[in-house]
Amino acid sequence: MKKLTFKSENITKLYNRRKIIENVTFSLSEGVSFAITGKNGSGKSTLIKVLCGVLSPTKGSLELKVDGTLIPYPDYYPHIGLVSPYLNMYEEFTAEENLSFMARVRNLGPDAGERGEMLLKEFGIFEHRKKEVRFYSSGMKQRLKYCAALLHQPALLVLDEPSSNLDQYGIEAVRKFMVLQKQHGTLIFATNDRDDLQYADTVYSIENGKN
Amino acid sequence: MIAATAYHIFIKEFVSEFRTRYALNALLMFVVTTLSIILFSIGQESPSPDVLSGTLWIVIFFSAMSGLSRTFVAEEERGTSLTLRLLAHSSSVYIGKLIYNFILILVLSFIIAAAYLLFINEFSVKTYEIFWLTILLGSAGLASASTILAAIIAKANTKGTLFPVLAFPVLLPLLLTCINATKLATEGAFLTEALKEFQILLSFTIVMITTSMLVFDFVWKD
Amino acid sequence: MVKSPTTWYEFPFIPGLEEKARNIIFHVPISWSTVVAFIMSTIYGILYLKKKDIDYDLRSVSSASLGLLLCVLATVTGAIWAKFNWGSFWNWDPRQTSIFILLLIYGAYFVLRSAVEEEERRATLSSVYSIIAGVTVPFFIFVMPRIMSGLHPGSLGDEQGKGPVLEFKMATNMLMVFFGALIGFTVLYFWMYSLKVRQMRVERQLQQITDTQ
Repeated sequence: MKKLTFKSENITKLYNRRKIIENVTFSLSEGVSFAITGKNGSGKSTLIKVLCGVLSPTKGSLELKVDGTLIPYPDYYPHIGLVSPYLNMYEEFTAEENLSFMARVRNLGPDAGERGEMLLKEFGIFEHRKKEVRFYSSGMKQRLKYCAALLHQPALLVLDEPSSNLDQYGIEAVRKFMVLQKQHGTLIFATNDRDDLQYADTVYSIENGKN
Repeated sequence: MIAATAYHIFIKEFVSEFRTRYALNALLMFVVTTLSIILFSIGQESPSPDVLSGTLWIVIFFSAMSGLSRTFVAEEERGTSLTLRLLAHSSSVYIGKLIYNFILILVLSFIIAAAYLLFINEFSVKTYEIFWLTILLGSAGLASASTILAAIIAKANTKGTLFPVLAFPVLLPLLLTCINATKLATEGAFLTEALKEFQILLSFTIVMITTSMLVFDFVWKD
Repeated sequence: MVKSPTTWYEFPFIPGLEEKARNIIFHVPISWSTVVAFIMSTIYGILYLKKKDIDYDLRSVSSASLGLLLCVLATVTGAIWAKFNWGSFWNWDPRQTSIFILLLIYGAYFVLRSAVEEEERRATLSSVYSIIAGVTVPFFIFVMPRIMSGLHPGSLGDEQGKGPVLEFKMATNMLMVFFGALIGFTVLYFWMYSLKVRQMRVERQLQQITDTQ
């Protein structure tokens, strides 16, 4: 398991002078599962984006250290796997092509192929791997997003609404990997589903952008 | 590492375009339509090679405006922008898309130039080296400016009409130089007479790419 | 060359130019100011990108707004001069084309701004655009005169050399009025700029108050 510390200090994000999230502060380490809850529009997705280094905060700072090395903000991407409604796969490519593109771009090495296959099987879309993603149902697309996020064994797995679009089998697979992630790294997830919350060590609830 | 990733991204753009053929079909139709319009409006007249040089680059410019913004705009529209953002280093993304845009406009301008040579009798090029070198360097310049501008408008709200508005003032010096060089080619000038033009085209491209690489992060990373 | 004026307020009668020479008092300082405005706008844009302080963006827009207005005036006064001296309003003279390109750049800058809803992103994107456009300016300053010979006083095709201003061919009192105008317009620009910045700051603060209610 990689040693990881992730600190957030007074993260504030404005959108046209309006505070979407305000003074978000927390501290995580490896083996921890961190849940963010709040009703729709409370700022969860914005916070997720900021934590992944995709949206820069208006105020405040983030500090991510993996194995003692400080990762420069905002290039957290090698260490993050994100599943989010805002992050889609390339629909004109097959599942296999999407994963192999990602493996090549991330320079993952030869076992990425095996790992990709394993993930596709775990999430039950192995038989569809040679079909273009535009023919997938929303549930299948969601499962593929998980395969993509887990492919590079990220130290930090970030899930925005983990159970959305999934049936019971999909949710089971997700929960399995959530537990696995806790054993191998760190997990952050944003959810309103009470059943998801049992997988959290710490719960951070947001209302109108504030804790 | 960055170069290898850029290459993979370029290949992805290429294959993606090949699969969907959205833009390619539209672009080719656009080229055919515009060329037809030019041919029809010439009709029986004999416009001077100077005028024809100008229209050549007008068609190339508008083809660039139709086709070169797609690479960034499509990512935003299909929600894969975030995917790419979390996958690769920003420089790789820029370089990969730049190369794709360059190849795209090079092919388009080659087709347009060939059509001009084949179908317009009054358009006679005497110094082919100047002509084709201008097409090459002109395409490089067009791609270099268009890529960063495409990245900018992809993050804005009304993407379509914004692109030519931003691009025209930036590309005008380039276009005028290309037109001038093309005129020299039709006049039968020596290769060395167009040297100044080539210097301008090359330095424009280099300056654009360098500046783009410096500012790209601000555009790509929110 | 020209009969010297007898009193300080008498404008020297230059054969060939006559009253039209008065244009120089307006056109040159305005053109100068619009270029200054553009440079300032770009510099504030760069500062915004470095410091992320929205105040720099306010300053950038203020400069650009005034720059746009001045550019329109410069193009118009230039066209008037062109009509009376060279025969037509537009001649594709390099300087004339350059001021037109600057006008297009200003226009594009504002069109871009109106297409971005969010404040921070709007500031970032317009700053980047000013940099990209700014980088092409040396190209059209040096490229154009090469491509076209100019009718503009001071261009390559002008046998009289670099034009009346740089060669100090103007009579002393005319020179004084000219430099007075130059300083005057510059001061006017900076004053209007500071007013505009203050106006924008207040507007933003007002919006902030109404937003949080």
